[in-house]
Amino acid sequence: MSWIPSFFRRNKLYSDLNEEIRLHIEERAEQLMGEGMSRAEAEQEARRAFGNRTLVEERSREVWQWPTLESVWSDLRFAVRQLRRSPGFAIAAILTLALAIGANALVFAVMNALFLRPINAAHGESLYALQRGNDTYITQSYPDYVDLRDRNRSFDALAAYDISLVGLDTGKDPVSVWGYSTSGNYFDALGVQPHLGRFFHSSDEHGPNSAPYMVLTYGYWQSHFQGDRNIVGRQVRLNKHPFTIIGVAPPEFHGTLLFFSPNFFVPLVEGEAINGVNTLNARGTRAVFEVLGHLKAGVTPAQATADVSAIGSYLHSAYPKEDDQSSFSLVRPGLHGNFFAPAVRGFVAGLMLLAGLILLAACANLGSLFSARAADRSREVALRLALGSNRVRILRQLFTEAILISILGGAVGLAVSVMLLHRLSAWQPFPQFPINIPVNPDANVYWVALLLALVSGLLFGAVPVRQVLHTNPYEVVKAGSTGRAGRKVSVRDILLVGQIAICAVLVTSSMVAVRGLARSLHSNLGVVPQNALLMNVELSMAGYTGDRVPTMQRRMIDAMGAIPGVTSVGLVQFPPLHMGWTVWNIFADSTTDLRPSNAATEAVTYKISPEYFQAAGTALLSGRGFSWDDDKNSPLVAVVNREFARKMFGSEARAMGSHFKISNGKRAEVVGIAEDGKYTANIAEAPQPAVFFPIQQLPSNDTWLVLRTNPNIEPQQVATAIRGAVRNLDPGLPVFIQTWNEEMRGALFGSRMATLSLGVLGLMGAMLSITGIFGMAAYSVSKRLKELGIRVALGAQRTEVLQAALGRAVKLLALGSALGLVLGILASRVLSFIVYQATPRDPLVLGGVVLAMSFLGLLATWIPAQRALSVDPLVLLRED
Amino acid sequence: MPVVNKPMNETTSRDLFPGALEMMILESLRRQPAHGYALVQHIQQRSRNLLQVEEGSLYPALQRLLKAKLVKAQWGVSSTNRRVRTYQITSAGTRHLEQQISSFERMLEGITLVLNPGETPAT
Repeated sequence: MSWIPSFFRRNKLYSDLNEEIRLHIEERAEQLMGEGMSRAEAEQEARRAFGNRTLVEERSREVWQWPTLESVWSDLRFAVRQLRRSPGFAIAAILTLALAIGANALVFAVMNALFLRPINAAHGESLYALQRGNDTYITQSYPDYVDLRDRNRSFDALAAYDISLVGLDTGKDPVSVWGYSTSGNYFDALGVQPHLGRFFHSSDEHGPNSAPYMVLTYGYWQSHFQGDRNIVGRQVRLNKHPFTIIGVAPPEFHGTLLFFSPNFFVPLVEGEAINGVNTLNARGTRAVFEVLGHLKAGVTPAQATADVSAIGSYLHSAYPKEDDQSSFSLVRPGLHGNFFAPAVRGFVAGLMLLAGLILLAACANLGSLFSARAADRSREVALRLALGSNRVRILRQLFTEAILISILGGAVGLAVSVMLLHRLSAWQPFPQFPINIPVNPDANVYWVALLLALVSGLLFGAVPVRQVLHTNPYEVVKAGSTGRAGRKVSVRDILLVGQIAICAVLVTSSMVAVRGLARSLHSNLGVVPQNALLMNVELSMAGYTGDRVPTMQRRMIDAMGAIPGVTSVGLVQFPPLHMGWTVWNIFADSTTDLRPSNAATEAVTYKISPEYFQAAGTALLSGRGFSWDDDKNSPLVAVVNREFARKMFGSEARAMGSHFKISNGKRAEVVGIAEDGKYTANIAEAPQPAVFFPIQQLPSNDTWLVLRTNPNIEPQQVATAIRGAVRNLDPGLPVFIQTWNEEMRGALFGSRMATLSLGVLGLMGAMLSITGIFGMAAYSVSKRLKELGIRVALGAQRTEVLQAALGRAVKLLALGSALGLVLGILASRVLSFIVYQATPRDPLVLGGVVLAMSFLGLLATWIPAQRALSVDPLVLLRED
Repeated sequence: MPVVNKPMNETTSRDLFPGALEMMILESLRRQPAHGYALVQHIQQRSRNLLQVEEGSLYPALQRLLKAKLVKAQWGVSSTNRRVRTYQITSAGTRHLEQQISSFERMLEGITLVLNPGETPAT
């Protein structure tokens, strides 16, 4: 690279030149003086003879400047002039790209935030969580955690945390707040420093209930304590137990789980105060949500896996009943190991694929536009070639134009998507959960957008290359047109078909998604959410424990049943389609060794009051429901759903009266069969076993009441009455009320987001196909106006004119749509992961796609068709 | 693409065709290394003042030749005891000059034939 040293030599070169010229003039003047001139005269004459010194120096310096840069600059200016001359083309091209690159940047930013970027903690890349065997859940028991923490040699420190909901009483009304219960070493293990005050440490823990300390997150401190710096040392009550606020976490720390921003941190050893039960010694209860830590420097994940698996083997031999799997593996903590990750990853990957298709379609679109432009400019190109310009230079000019457009489009697209990302990050879809989607863009996103812009610029800029290389200047200048009408299939046609096919794929996918959502809304949920209110009270927050819980639950059921407009009241520990649910291992009656691996099946488990089935609207298919007589003194009974009966006993008839066991060894008799339903927070779930037990026989502190209301009464009115009734029972009891339909938003969230994003992509696909077809049709009409004029003059009918003008565009549209439909059907298999019953073999979807594509075709060819029909042969033939 | 083939800008004498000045400079330097002022003097004398080269126009041409490594320059002291920057032709410069001269001669021959239609080509 000879220009690099010359860049540094340049100053020397310039001063040499300046000196040289000065000496030249001086020598000339001296010579003139020698010929008898006065000094003044001689100097003046010398300067005159030399000419314009400044200009000479400037020209000389230019020799050393970077010629490529200079000509690139002139290419750029020329490109800007060209685009300004055809603003319609420029705007269409820039918007098309803005759309495509914006969509890609958006999806990439989401992928980046969820999978590529480590958690926002120091050295997030070496942070791993422990997963046992091939479990879906990565929860552990506290005693196992302690063994893992103390026996491992691979982690700097192993921390643990659980997610907790508490009633926080700061002297005003108690509010329910979500946060983390963490091991004492949590902050130290993550290397986080407090923003204010101090954190708790391992040294603060001395057994159960020994560390009543609370750390607030920065956000909660700002929003609920107005950033009061005197907060440190303040006493508050959590679930009626006194705690001391000792510090505030730094603003950038949001815990170690994406999607969920806690509001506070308390030590796990305070579990009894927070959750109402002490699980610190319960090896069989997986009460710790996640165990995680930084690998020691120099320890590879494989070494660490072997190390913790050795501890696993020890646990397995020491506690065979509780610890039935000995192997461990390391997983990424952000999405809770393999629990959320596969579904989200599949969805985001699918979106990325579709967004990539959008970009390809946009490139095809712009490629054909560019190729059309190049054809229109063939005269200009030919003239430049004839005047001695070389082809490389002309191609560089075309590429400059393409890249200018792609960079402008990319910038617009990126700006819009960054705006959307910030709004998405600030969005909290559920009022009662601190759930958010932290997808703020970082440098990676900007680089990818730039790269995409450049690549797409090169892609569509490359389309007319062949055309330019094959231009024969003499032919073109002579004939006045490219004269290639005889070609059967052009690159442009192929591009258009490809682009329409891609767009049809997108339209198909979005229709499948919309249809799936509509169907999921009308599918049989196993409950009737219409005309039902859900009410949640946290009895443990109000200090209820032991026998006081069932008594209070019974009083609440009675009090709610007395409210006018409430037709039935049922109690359940978690309602179906809620964000939280309970899954139990179910064992055959003959099984005696009740370790988890011997379980016959897993079932979603509900603990309900007798009237729950009526209140929830769940149909009992056979047998009986529960009564208040099914209590602690009578044998354990259960109602199971059809899927449970089929999977466990083979048929409903055989299930009735049969027995099974639960993990504590109790035998339960099946007394009734209920209809199948949807249970987890995913409306697209496949049918799965569910079992219902009387809450009197298996008590639970978690209390949700389902209130079936009279359809003629406003739910708000009932809600007010409920609050009054609860206040009468216990004024200190936090209560949360909403309609069941509102509560179900959580379960529908995934499908809704999927439908929304696919819908937006489908819309983009539709827009791109409109611009693509429009571009092609408008171009072919304008090229053939003269021919059409002659046809009209010779008496052609309107249909004939239309066929001549648009026949090709329509044929290509049909071909592309058919191709896209087939591809879309194949692609829809991917969608079935998220969208309920996503099947493209649905006459409505197929018909819808055909209709949509025809409509798009009609829309896009409308203006060109009008133009073709309004051809006035007289005007046309007079011209040129 | 050699830099000297770039079209001349208008400040170099309009009477010269592209590359003519460079060719004359190279030819002068082939005979004898010289500094800028001496080159101007030499060209004007040799052309018997038929070519009125504006003195300044020499320098951009010299810079182009320097950049193309057809000449090299060195500061020194002249026989008249002046501080001067002396230019010397390189071997690449000599080769380039020979090419230029032969193509120039062909062109001149062509132009002459056109300008004198009465004379028949000597083939």
